[in-house]
Amino acid sequence: MVDTPRNINRKIGLRMWLSGGWLLFLLLATLFAPIISPHDPLAQDLFASRLPPFWMDGYEATYYLGSDSLGRDVLSRILYGAQIALLVALIASTATCVIGATLGVLAGYYGGWVDLVISRLVDIWMAFPPVLFAILLIAVLGTGLTSIIIAIIVIDWTRFCRVIRAETMSQSAMDYVASAKAAGRARFGIMIKEIVPNVLPTIVVLLTLEMGIAVIVEAILSFVNLSISTDFPTWGGMISEGRTSVHQAWWVIVFPLITLFLTVLSFSQLGEGLKDRFDPVLR
Amino acid sequence: MGDNIFEIQNLSVDVFDMARKPIIGAAPRLEILKDITFNIQHRDVIGIVGGSGSGKSTLGRAMLRLIEPSGGKIVFEGKDITDLNESELRPLRRKFQMIFQDPMSSLNPRHRVAAIIGGPLKLHGFARVDFLIEEALDHVGLPKSFKFRYPHELSGGQRQRIGIARAIAVKPNFILADEIVSGLDVSSQAKILSLLQKLVIDLGLTLAFISHDLSVVRRLSNKIIVLKEGTLIESSLTNKLFETPEHPYTEELLAAIPLPDPGQVWE
Repeated sequence: MVDTPRNINRKIGLRMWLSGGWLLFLLLATLFAPIISPHDPLAQDLFASRLPPFWMDGYEATYYLGSDSLGRDVLSRILYGAQIALLVALIASTATCVIGATLGVLAGYYGGWVDLVISRLVDIWMAFPPVLFAILLIAVLGTGLTSIIIAIIVIDWTRFCRVIRAETMSQSAMDYVASAKAAGRARFGIMIKEIVPNVLPTIVVLLTLEMGIAVIVEAILSFVNLSISTDFPTWGGMISEGRTSVHQAWWVIVFPLITLFLTVLSFSQLGEGLKDRFDPVLR
Repeated sequence: MGDNIFEIQNLSVDVFDMARKPIIGAAPRLEILKDITFNIQHRDVIGIVGGSGSGKSTLGRAMLRLIEPSGGKIVFEGKDITDLNESELRPLRRKFQMIFQDPMSSLNPRHRVAAIIGGPLKLHGFARVDFLIEEALDHVGLPKSFKFRYPHELSGGQRQRIGIARAIAVKPNFILADEIVSGLDVSSQAKILSLLQKLVIDLGLTLAFISHDLSVVRRLSNKIIVLKEGTLIESSLTNKLFETPEHPYTEELLAAIPLPDPGQVWE
């Protein structure tokens, strides 16, 4: 394909560089956490408790972002915590996306009783308060990484389903669908070849937003101690523990919070940027 | 009459009238087309005219089985296609093609021109698809390099040419053109109409041309049918219709044509 000047010229933009850069950094951090972490994230050292970060008085070498009340290194715990956060973000949101988007496309394209069944299910589902629903699910499934992922999928597929259904319906009304029918393409073929490519940008944006949401849900659940066991550092767990000593050692809660904030923000910005890049059309 | 390519007999189309649906129970039916009967002969260029909401587009789409008719019969090349299902219809679909009103909507924005024209070709098992795409582009007066473009990289007139190229590429016997120039400026309109006229002659097409604009229809067609509120009110040869319109509504339509010189009257 030669004659595509506009695709080449499209700029990636600062937003994409920053958000993509931060997420890449996190990804590398999770992969190389054992190598780059200055300390064992679980090692307690009561003689080194509540050490301040590197620019403050009383800083002790290699505890770059300080230590918590049990003397565990904050930086090392954030790096290891990124493993859980990213794992949940990738697996849970991808599975949520696949399930929700598939049902949404089917409901929007086929209409009739397929739409009726799926839409009613979504309506009923959304009447449950999500956080309570999650806590209930974890109570039934037990704590652990798998339970968190399942809980996120079970709660959030409706978000995809609704939006994608609406988008599919508006695409189905376009004449290119009628034209494919006039050409003799089968219904399923029209859905896959004509409609899905046009719904894809919306799916990508939702997917990245969902990654951010998954990180938050995981943090909420570890905040209420319903995430994975406390032997493994998670951002939500750190925020929860840091809360008790926020007046004596603010850094224990602030650094995981900033990390969480930047990560969620990066996911949503990445989604926006990807949509612009994906889309050859001016919408 | 073996000479007919399309025979439309007592065709009706109705839809659920959701605006008047009672809280409980089914919505009443709203008739969009009532009892339409007409024939299209080989090599005819038939104009289908009528005001907004007269059902002319619905008639076109129902003929091509894009909308399900609620009654009547559609006979294509001597074969009753009214009750054929989609897979029985597929081999026939190549023979009757459609050009749509709004090419921005009828060309998939995520497909390149090559895929837009080539898709139907592949579907109907044509060999040398690449060659046929280039041939179709050539027919509509666009360079071969347009294969690699996306619809949004084309102008309105060029897009409509792609719509025409897609329809003629599969070598159909019949083409339905639904208001294909109404979205274009006057000079593009003229070019597209000349192109269509040329293609009809060169490729020996039978054409149904839907339009609200009688002056456009007059230029192209040898026969005209007039629709009003879903009913066929007049069907005659173009010259005859312009000379001696039978129905008062047709007279109104004729009177509404803007004249180059307002002092002049139609003879």
